[in-house]
Amino acid sequence: MEKFEKLSGVAAPMPLVNIDTDMIIPKVFLKTIKRSGLGVNLFDEMRYDREGNEKPDFVLNKPQYRDAKILVAGDNFGCGSSREHAPWAIADFGIKCVISTSFADIFYNNCFKNGILPLVLPEDAVDTLMKDAGKGANSIIEVDLENQTIVSSDGEIFRFDVDPFKKHCLLNGLDDIGLTMEKENHITAYESKASQQFPWA
Amino acid sequence: MSTPKTLYDKIWDAHIVHSDPDGTCLLYIDRHLVHEVTSPQAFEGLRLSGRKVRAPEKTIAVPDHNVPTTENRDDGIDNEESRIQVEALDKNAKDFGVNYYPVSDIRQGIVHIVGPEQGWTLPGMTVVCGDSHTATHGAFGALAHGIGTSEVEHVLATQTLIQKKSKNMKVEITGKLRPGVTAKDITLAVIGETGTAGGTGYVIEYCGQAIRELSMEGRMTVCNMAIEGGARAGLIAPDEKTYEYCKGRPHSPKGTSWEMAVAYWKTLFSDEGASFDKEVTIKGEDIAPLVTWGTSPEDVLPITAAVPDPASFSGGKVEAVRRSLEYMGLQAGQKLSEIEIDTVFIGSCTNGRIEDLRAASEILKGKKIKKGMRAMVVPGSGLVRMQAEEEGIAEIFREAGFEWRLAGCSMCLAMNPDQLEEGERCASTSNRNFEGRQGYRGRTHLVSPAMAAAAAITGKLTDVREIQ
Repeated sequence: MEKFEKLSGVAAPMPLVNIDTDMIIPKVFLKTIKRSGLGVNLFDEMRYDREGNEKPDFVLNKPQYRDAKILVAGDNFGCGSSREHAPWAIADFGIKCVISTSFADIFYNNCFKNGILPLVLPEDAVDTLMKDAGKGANSIIEVDLENQTIVSSDGEIFRFDVDPFKKHCLLNGLDDIGLTMEKENHITAYESKASQQFPWA
Repeated sequence: MSTPKTLYDKIWDAHIVHSDPDGTCLLYIDRHLVHEVTSPQAFEGLRLSGRKVRAPEKTIAVPDHNVPTTENRDDGIDNEESRIQVEALDKNAKDFGVNYYPVSDIRQGIVHIVGPEQGWTLPGMTVVCGDSHTATHGAFGALAHGIGTSEVEHVLATQTLIQKKSKNMKVEITGKLRPGVTAKDITLAVIGETGTAGGTGYVIEYCGQAIRELSMEGRMTVCNMAIEGGARAGLIAPDEKTYEYCKGRPHSPKGTSWEMAVAYWKTLFSDEGASFDKEVTIKGEDIAPLVTWGTSPEDVLPITAAVPDPASFSGGKVEAVRRSLEYMGLQAGQKLSEIEIDTVFIGSCTNGRIEDLRAASEILKGKKIKKGMRAMVVPGSGLVRMQAEEEGIAEIFREAGFEWRLAGCSMCLAMNPDQLEEGERCASTSNRNFEGRQGYRGRTHLVSPAMAAAAAITGKLTDVREIQ
């Protein structure tokens, strides 16, 4: 997995609440057996008309946000389906950080497996960053995972919380499976105990 | 005396393989359900790293999302991408030696219907699947939740998940339900009360008289939609109904192992005085037959109500509701019972079990659907379909004018050919009314099976109590 240390870039504002994973990547794109190449279909039904033409008023189609690296979104971002195609599409587009007042659990976890940092901030902080993002291409937001800070284009600093284990994995680009494999003796011991205690399982 | 524990605490504690000082745990997974959409990249990951499936005997795969539900499906899947995805699962199941129910198998169906039906899902277990509706299995008092594809690969390789414990939430439905009110209305009522993010970070335990009185099918409907309220998992403590349902199923324990299992299952309840981080109580008698009017499952009201005004909401929801009404083609103040529909879908992991088909057929008996209506019933598994044929339910549906389909996810998410056309409006027993969910610019109203049947007869959203 790609490491996440610091990020500096344009943030795109999407103030809509309850943006679900069907919106992020509609079902027709779930038929792939690969992880790559989904960025072009990110927010497909919001971004393109039926003929595949860009809708000019959609945020990521506006010139100032085409290279956005951060998304500032309304509450409960990523709700609905567990599809990891959602973070795959976001990362493939080039967005590596999503900021909101809350995320749906499964989406939140999926982000960390794909080098994306989902950040939960209080409502007033998200409001400030949403306004900042609204300023467009000259408004560069900086995210520093090591120090757990976000700096708005005006220099205002916000601190964020992140689970220490998830932070460690993201900073170092660690593969979960490899880490768990190091505990294989614990798994074997559990299986041996469980086969006595719960033989039907 | 030891600290009282919740049901969730007990199942969690029984599955800890390893815990770190910061609370990060390695949790053992008893059952891993797999379908064709969220697994190909995970199996590919195993191949690339030369890993095996650690516990193929605990891994159960079935294709469901992409499969056609028409009679000619044995001829193959027309859509090339869908076909490749199902063929990939065929191959992966064979190569890695996991339990498999291919499309041609009578036991094939929606993964969350097949698991319990075959006795794979049992009380006290941990169950995961690369599918958010894994919450369904919580009806058995199993800790069950959806995971992403990276976690699917993690479970395949290690039979564990890296987890932090969620908070405990108790949802009590007191008293009795009124006539015409079902498990679907309970679960929608809870989401209406707590909102789609109200359960985020929690595992919900549903309890109370109205929950106890539900059948296992009804309990599965309630837990299925825990995820629509943001909770990863919903739980219902096992009882005699649970044991009765599990007994004699192909993969449930037998003989002394059964006795031992039941003795353990009887310890699976929240202790007196156990602490919950959040509690919600709803009176069963206050719940009416419900319908959704918007594009989020929290946009729910009794069928007797009217479409709300966006201005009556606050914060970001004002704009979301305005957008929803535009998408749904509805006006504030319009009576819900006057909304005309053109499509009815009965099925899905929410409402595709035998009891759901029985409830809809009760309403349809001796009646015809409205002329021009497209109505489809998709049993949740081949075995549900067979049972419905035997009980004469299939005949009632056919007589009424419904299409009687083969098992699959079908129009719940429209990855197969069963889709809404642009602007079509559907009364659906599924679980999500998101934009585009049932087809590009299709419009979804979530309802119970009985309400869906009533709508099929009248051609508009209808109070089922007026049909009875």
